[in-house]
Parts: sequence; structure tokens; C-alpha cells
Amino acid sequence: MVSRSSDTVMEPAREDQLPSSASSAVKIVIVGGFGVGKTTLVRSVSEIRPLTTEETMTEASTDVDDVSGVERKTATTVAMDFGRISLNEELVLYLFGTPGQQRFWFLWNGLFEGALGAIVLVDTRRLEVSFDVIGRLEEADVPFVIAVNAFPDASSYPTEELRSALDLPEQVPIVVCDARQRASSRDVLITLMRYLRDVIQTPEPS
Amino acid sequence: MSESDQDWDKGGPERLYVITGGRAGAEEQAELDLVTLIVSLEDSQPGMQPEHAAILRVCRSPLSVAEISAHLALPASVIGVLLTDLLADGRVEARAPAANLPDIALIEAVIDGLQKL
Repeated sequence: MVSRSSDTVMEPAREDQLPSSASSAVKIVIVGGFGVGKTTLVRSVSEIRPLTTEETMTEASTDVDDVSGVERKTATTVAMDFGRISLNEELVLYLFGTPGQQRFWFLWNGLFEGALGAIVLVDTRRLEVSFDVIGRLEEADVPFVIAVNAFPDASSYPTEELRSALDLPEQVPIVVCDARQRASSRDVLITLMRYLRDVIQTPEPS
Repeated sequence: MSESDQDWDKGGPERLYVITGGRAGAEEQAELDLVTLIVSLEDSQPGMQPEHAAILRVCRSPLSVAEISAHLALPASVIGVLLTDLLADGRVEARAPAANLPDIALIEAVIDGLQKL
């Protein structure tokens, strides 16, 4: 093993290259707790093998559990998996999976800026992660849909029960998906886009 | 491989500091999004900083900032600093993401594209 240098940088494989006509990109963010299937969803629809971008958070730790009075600088590296879909010759869609826990919200700053919207991927066995995420998205005015990843051993909630458990407004779509299936994941993305279209076309209540 | 090599390889703060020349990039940095597409305008030259050269190589066809970060195994923020240099020297072109407030035409284009999957 040699240390990584510019000579060992992985260049994109020929089949992974975008056409030179690719002129603009959009992004959709997939948020959810660990193990809920974010990367699985990305992988099932992505035209490239999911890649990982890292971000380093270097800042004085603000964790309340810290030894008091000791200011520590922490450098935490957080990885985000993402995939890509070429929508046409010009337009490219990127899908970013990001953890929903509050301690990762620092990642969200650049991520949600300019994002079309978000998919909140929910595991009904662990709904609590979703509460904070949904609150945060509502605050940030990011359009989102709920996708319940249908794990075989999870009890299936009727959608309306889930809506009230998550305290969601009526118009927010809730869909059940199988993140391993390309068609199912694609349908979640389409649901988000149709919802976004409705949001834009419906004038805000005055 | 010596122990110090391994440390160097891990993308620790020291290495990133050297690569960026200690710039955090907040003030002087170009407006770049994770999905800004970057295209090289020229080939890498001998004597260039290796990371600059690597960016020019991977961006022969358009590539997002996030993908550059993944291929070079460097944080997106570091890539932002490096790209600011390359943009200033006119060695790469940046294709900005679609507008912040998406319009119906853009949304329809996304839906069309997804339906072909």
C-alpha cells in the first residue's frame, strides 16, 4: 500500500462520466437514522456506485456532557454517501444521504441550500429520530415527503396512524417503499417532485 | 510503510492544512455548491500542486464538487479552496446548480427523467 497521492486518485470510469453537455445539477437529500436504508435507496436508483464525501467538523465542542470548563477542539469526520442520476443530456440529479441525528445537523447547512427537497426515510421501529428531523425541515422550509422503508419485521402502520404519530400536516405525502427496489425508490423520488409541483402551484393561504 | 506515513494518509488536520496552505476559505472562496459541476479547461502541468493536477484530471468530463471530494478523498471544504485557486487561474469552469427556487419546467424535467429510470 502506498500513501495516497495524486497518482492514485481514482478517476471516474469511462462509463461513469457525464456528457460534456451536462450543464446544471439539482439535489435531493435523504434523511434518516442509522440503518434505515438511506444508502440502499441511493444505490438502488443511482447510475454510479454510491460515493462518499467527507466533511470535517473542527470546532470547540459544545456537548453539554463535556467535562465542564475544558474547551476542546474536536475534529470529527462525517461521511455522506451520495449517488447520481442523469435526467437528460443537460440536467443531473444528485441524491445525498445524511444522518438525521441532531449532532449531524452541521452537515445540513450547505446540503439543503438549493436542494429541491428531502425524503425522510422512516423505520417504524424507531420513529423518534424522525420527530427532530421533521421539525427541523419544517423550520427550514424544506419540502419533504415521508417514505416508510418496509422492513419485513416492522409492524405496518396504517398511513394515517403514522401521520398522527408524526404530527404531520395533511398535505405531506407518506409512502411505503422498499428501498432495495429501483422502481420503488424511483417512485418515492417522483412522489417528492409531484408534491413539490403542487406546493409551487398552490398559492400560499393568505 | 512507516507510522508517520500512515498518519499522513488519514487526512488528518495537518495534511489538510498543508494542502490548502492554511486557508479555511471562508472569505475568499468561490460560490460553490456540492453539486456545482466543474469542467477542466486545460490539462494538468508538471510542477502544479498535486491536488490541483488531480482535479484537472478527474474533471475532463463534468464532475460535481461532491464527486471530486469523493475521488480525491478530501473534504468538500478543502476541494472548495482548491477549486477557488483553479477558477481564479481560469483552469476550470464552474457550472452553477439550477436555480434556488425551482420552477415548474425544472420540476417537470426531473419527473420526466425519473420516469425513464
